[in-house]
Amino acid sequence: MVEKTPILDTLTYVFLIAGIIIVGFPIIYAVIAATLPIEDVSRVPMPLIPGDQFWVNIREAWVRGDLGNHLLNSFIMASGITLGKIVVSLLGAFSIVYFDYRFRTVVFVSVFCTLMLPVEVRILPTYEMAANLLGPLQELWRFLHLDGIVSWIAGHEIELTLEWSILDSYTGLIMPLIASATCTFLFRQFFLTIPEELCEAAKMDGASAMTFFRKILIPLSKTNIAALVVIEFVYGWNQYLWPLLITTKPQMMTAVIGLQHLIPAADDLPYWNVALAGSLLVMLPPVLVVLFMQRWFVKGLVEREK
Amino acid sequence: MQSVMRSDPFGQHSTFIWFANFTALFKDPLYLKSIATTVFFSVCVAASSISIGLFIATMANRALKAKAVVRTALIWPYAVAPAISGILWLFLLHPSYGIVALGIKRWFGVDWNPVLRGSDAMVMIIMASAWKEISYNFVFFIAGLQAIPKSLIEAAAIDGASPFRRFWTITVPLLSPTLFFVTVMNIIYAFFDTFGVVHVMTQGGPGGATNTLVYKVYQDGFIGLNMGGSAAQSVVLMTLIIVITVVQFKYVEQKVQYTG
Repeated sequence: MVEKTPILDTLTYVFLIAGIIIVGFPIIYAVIAATLPIEDVSRVPMPLIPGDQFWVNIREAWVRGDLGNHLLNSFIMASGITLGKIVVSLLGAFSIVYFDYRFRTVVFVSVFCTLMLPVEVRILPTYEMAANLLGPLQELWRFLHLDGIVSWIAGHEIELTLEWSILDSYTGLIMPLIASATCTFLFRQFFLTIPEELCEAAKMDGASAMTFFRKILIPLSKTNIAALVVIEFVYGWNQYLWPLLITTKPQMMTAVIGLQHLIPAADDLPYWNVALAGSLLVMLPPVLVVLFMQRWFVKGLVEREK
Repeated sequence: MQSVMRSDPFGQHSTFIWFANFTALFKDPLYLKSIATTVFFSVCVAASSISIGLFIATMANRALKAKAVVRTALIWPYAVAPAISGILWLFLLHPSYGIVALGIKRWFGVDWNPVLRGSDAMVMIIMASAWKEISYNFVFFIAGLQAIPKSLIEAAAIDGASPFRRFWTITVPLLSPTLFFVTVMNIIYAFFDTFGVVHVMTQGGPGGATNTLVYKVYQDGFIGLNMGGSAAQSVVLMTLIIVITVVQFKYVEQKVQYTG
């Protein structure tokens, strides 16, 4: 720092360590609780010395919560969302920046307005869509009174029902969460900084639009993609409301939802050790992703601000 | 692709009743209470997590050593799902087993019981939500703090400004764009992403004391099956988020012009 302030410096470190402990405390406490047998967890106050039941509790949580299956579901969903989001928004941004078509700004603004809305806000319409993807078509059908025309032609009553549900499927879990304004916007901003000459040079060399996209734009945006992968993976893994609504079969549930069944209810034996062991297991993948890709993550997060 | 996202909130409904759903909504005392609850909740979450985040970030920025270690130690709660944060705090604040609950009972002499008392339940979800958001704020503040030129602070130090004074007169004003952005993001988070916390910890109870707006949409629509009312609530929320976005973009644009 600027001047020597020994007291303040010591205080700085004291506060820092205190801050880290406060932030880390719930996890440390959960780790300890997850190593204890049930008799110790339900004692008040709980002993703060780790026990030796860690693997037992983990196994218990694994079996009781069917975590193997749920973790796999979570993994598929999170990767699907990440991949989908990045592909869609790369292409979207590419179209918005490099193609000069009519109503381009209109497209940009409308993409933006529709996509800024988080799933939490549009759960009802999205749910209805997912329950029957062809619903709007059917509405149109009814609206145009095609029913009457067809039955008139065919000579007898025909009831048309179009139904195609994606509830309880990976498609249903992933699709509604893919569209993303933030990613599209980020890529747009990035593409705008790429010099025009690169595009012209590519054109001179006879590259088609898609070649330019593949050979030049994607390699250039590698760091942005890495940053977004981290953020979107965490986002996908931690989704709660949408998977809760859309999955009814236990084998399609995601890990974060499945955990709920491990929380002891009021009249149960207080199996908190098992519940916490399960929670630790479920939060491990995104935490590891964030820790190992910290540099990209911070970059991506801070860049969103601009 | 995008049109999948856009669909009529009143679709599939047989009768068209104009704005009856909306007027019913704003006359409903439960809904008005839910608005108040949400606003209170968001303000508390944003205020506590921003102040703690800013405090820790300032300290971390002052620290000479081990910056990377500190950052690593503080960053990971971001990756914890809101619902899992809810489970962790549910255990910490459990009226009979939780250690923090025990501390509250012993030191403050409060009869802590979030299962029965609404205000306790509110404190509980605020803690669980704010905890997770501290690390997010920390990342932004530390980035913002590092962007402040050292020379400015040195100049102030030569002029005899104390560290605290330097913090209030130089750091805070220069950090205000970050502060604004983080506030907006925190409020959006508290409004929309805390569904998991509420669902795991209190399910909107006791007596609707923690029934936030998003939770109410879910409860009315998917449990109470009042589709029209729930859709009307969704529309209200959409309007809200569009307003927030517009305000934010206006502000960002101004900032760009300002710095040239």
